Amino acid sequence: MSTPETTTEAPLAPQGPAILATDQLTKQFGGLIAVDSVSFRVPERSIVSIIGPNGAGKTTFFNMLTGLYKPTLGRVEFDGRDVTTKRPDQITALGVARTFQNIRLFGTMSAVENVLVGQHARLKATVFGSILRPPRVRREERDAREKAREVLTYVGVDPSRHEDVASNLSYGEQRRVEIARALASDPKLLLLDEPTAGMNPQESEQLSQFMRKLRDERELAILLIEHDMKVVMGVSEQVTVLDHGEKIAEGEPMKVRHDPKVVEAYLGKQG
Amino acid sequence: MTALAARLRGVRAPGADNPVVGKVLTAAAILFAILLPFAFDSGSGFIEDCAVALFYVVMALGLNIVVGFAGLLDLGYVAFFAFGAYTMGWFGSGWFNSANIHIGVTEQLSKLPGIHLNWLLILPLAALIAAFMGAVLGFPTLRLRGDYIAIVTLAFGEIVHTTAVNSDEGVFGIGSFNLTNGRAGITPVDKIDLPLVDRFTSLELRPWYWTALGLALFVLFVNVRLRDSRLGRAWVAIREDEVAAVSMGVPTVRVKLLAYALGAALGGMAGTFYSSFVNTVNADQFEFSFSIFVLAMIILGGLGSIPGVIVGAIALTFINNRLIPDVLNDLPSKVGLDFDLTELGFGIFGFLLVIMMVLRPQGLIAERRHKAEFAEGPEAGDALVETRA
Repeated sequence: MSTPETTTEAPLAPQGPAILATDQLTKQFGGLIAVDSVSFRVPERSIVSIIGPNGAGKTTFFNMLTGLYKPTLGRVEFDGRDVTTKRPDQITALGVARTFQNIRLFGTMSAVENVLVGQHARLKATVFGSILRPPRVRREERDAREKAREVLTYVGVDPSRHEDVASNLSYGEQRRVEIARALASDPKLLLLDEPTAGMNPQESEQLSQFMRKLRDERELAILLIEHDMKVVMGVSEQVTVLDHGEKIAEGEPMKVRHDPKVVEAYLGKQG
Repeated sequence: MTALAARLRGVRAPGADNPVVGKVLTAAAILFAILLPFAFDSGSGFIEDCAVALFYVVMALGLNIVVGFAGLLDLGYVAFFAFGAYTMGWFGSGWFNSANIHIGVTEQLSKLPGIHLNWLLILPLAALIAAFMGAVLGFPTLRLRGDYIAIVTLAFGEIVHTTAVNSDEGVFGIGSFNLTNGRAGITPVDKIDLPLVDRFTSLELRPWYWTALGLALFVLFVNVRLRDSRLGRAWVAIREDEVAAVSMGVPTVRVKLLAYALGAALGGMAGTFYSSFVNTVNADQFEFSFSIFVLAMIILGGLGSIPGVIVGAIALTFINNRLIPDVLNDLPSKVGLDFDLTELGFGIFGFLLVIMMVLRPQGLIAERRHKAEFAEGPEAGDALVETRA
């Protein structure tokens, strides 16, 4: 169903100007090279997937992009700026947002509060502003709450659940709140780490459609780590395959799918 | 036992769900606190205990920012009380008797040698000094988590205490000047002097009480405002999950240092009041047990819960200053045992905390967010206990 769409869109994407580019990015943990000089780019307003067997270094790669890990070697460039040595919160402020493989919501905060934390970098209230609460801060706070509800509704969390404590929400809702929290920072690039984990095929399909909608309506690029091949093949314009920390293939989903190296390293297990 | 525990855990504070009821209750409590001294003699021991209780409310609300909101287990909070107290001792007494600086003090004081500033000037000064020291202490703990923060802050509190004891002959062994007068302490300390209020004497305790109440209300206001702000949310976020918080754009270093600095500033302010009230600053006031006493208040009341912390502070102050020494002290001798109950002070607090952990782990008045945390855990635990029994 989504195959024709992908083929029409695929040639457009990889050529555009890059929102994110890495150059020879390497991470070494002691004797283990988790990511081995991966050069790679994400075009603006595209959906790019990273796939690979377990332990291939996908999440490590993500953690370097968001600043949680400092690369051993190499460079990360976001939106034309070198962000290799920037802190995670600075990178988020520049316009990168992420979700986590195992949901990491702030469990005791409500859905709205979680999304408000996502807006932290966009709000300006200082310590004294927060204590004295002048009209400017009041307005900012009110607008932020409104925006939080709006984003939650946008990702499909029912308004009746907005004030519920995050840990009381269902698994699917928690996934949505996590995406809302990431979107609240107005990112130009959204990193999703296995967003369909634990979802049934229907929910995965819904999420695929939602990702396309996000890209089109919010004009952002999406970088995806995903194990569900149906989702990967359906939604991505470009697929990068990692194995043992190395990039072994890259390109349009259909090409990558039939690449012998990929078949051997990863898809071969299925076929 | 389990049924009792479950029921106690389920008890909810009045006004927890209804903001209007909450507001009315708050207003009534404040009005009651303002009028309370009129029901007692101005020199009575009860008013004195109330003033001390309010001092502890300020301390506990300050520590609540660090431990309750930001989740940084600080066992050296006494250090900031010390910085505040010494600020009062240095800038509001005849201690530096070669100096002759008087700003905004009574005629009587301005004839005395030493540095004598009005308490209203010392208050922000102490807050600044304590806040700076709070950030300095916070710095080495930034890369640490959980229990390790507790160890470092505990050591910091002990360093400050030991330095205070030994700084009667140089500081850290440098020089030979007397900065703190060690255990003998700095005394007398200037009485607080406020415009429009009666004279503060050791016999007229109402002005002291109202000053402490004013300070407590100010700190309460700061606590409430911070809790419901961008910064307050960031604190809870790093308490819950630091990695997620930093990935959402929360600058953890800055936010943690702010928690330390703000908590310390409030502790410092409380210190200026207390040293003036008891008329002395001496190193023995800054023992480790003080940190634990304040921590016990916020755990008893409910970590992070502002009303809980206030109730916890008042309750423990009265148990410590009234119930144990006056009411129950000779209880052991009545049943033929040869000791006073005051000797068991900390044993009793420890026992209270253990009882609390069993019956109501979220504290007397739970914070909404912590309540969520306990709502599931203990229920599952109960089920296990019951199947075993």
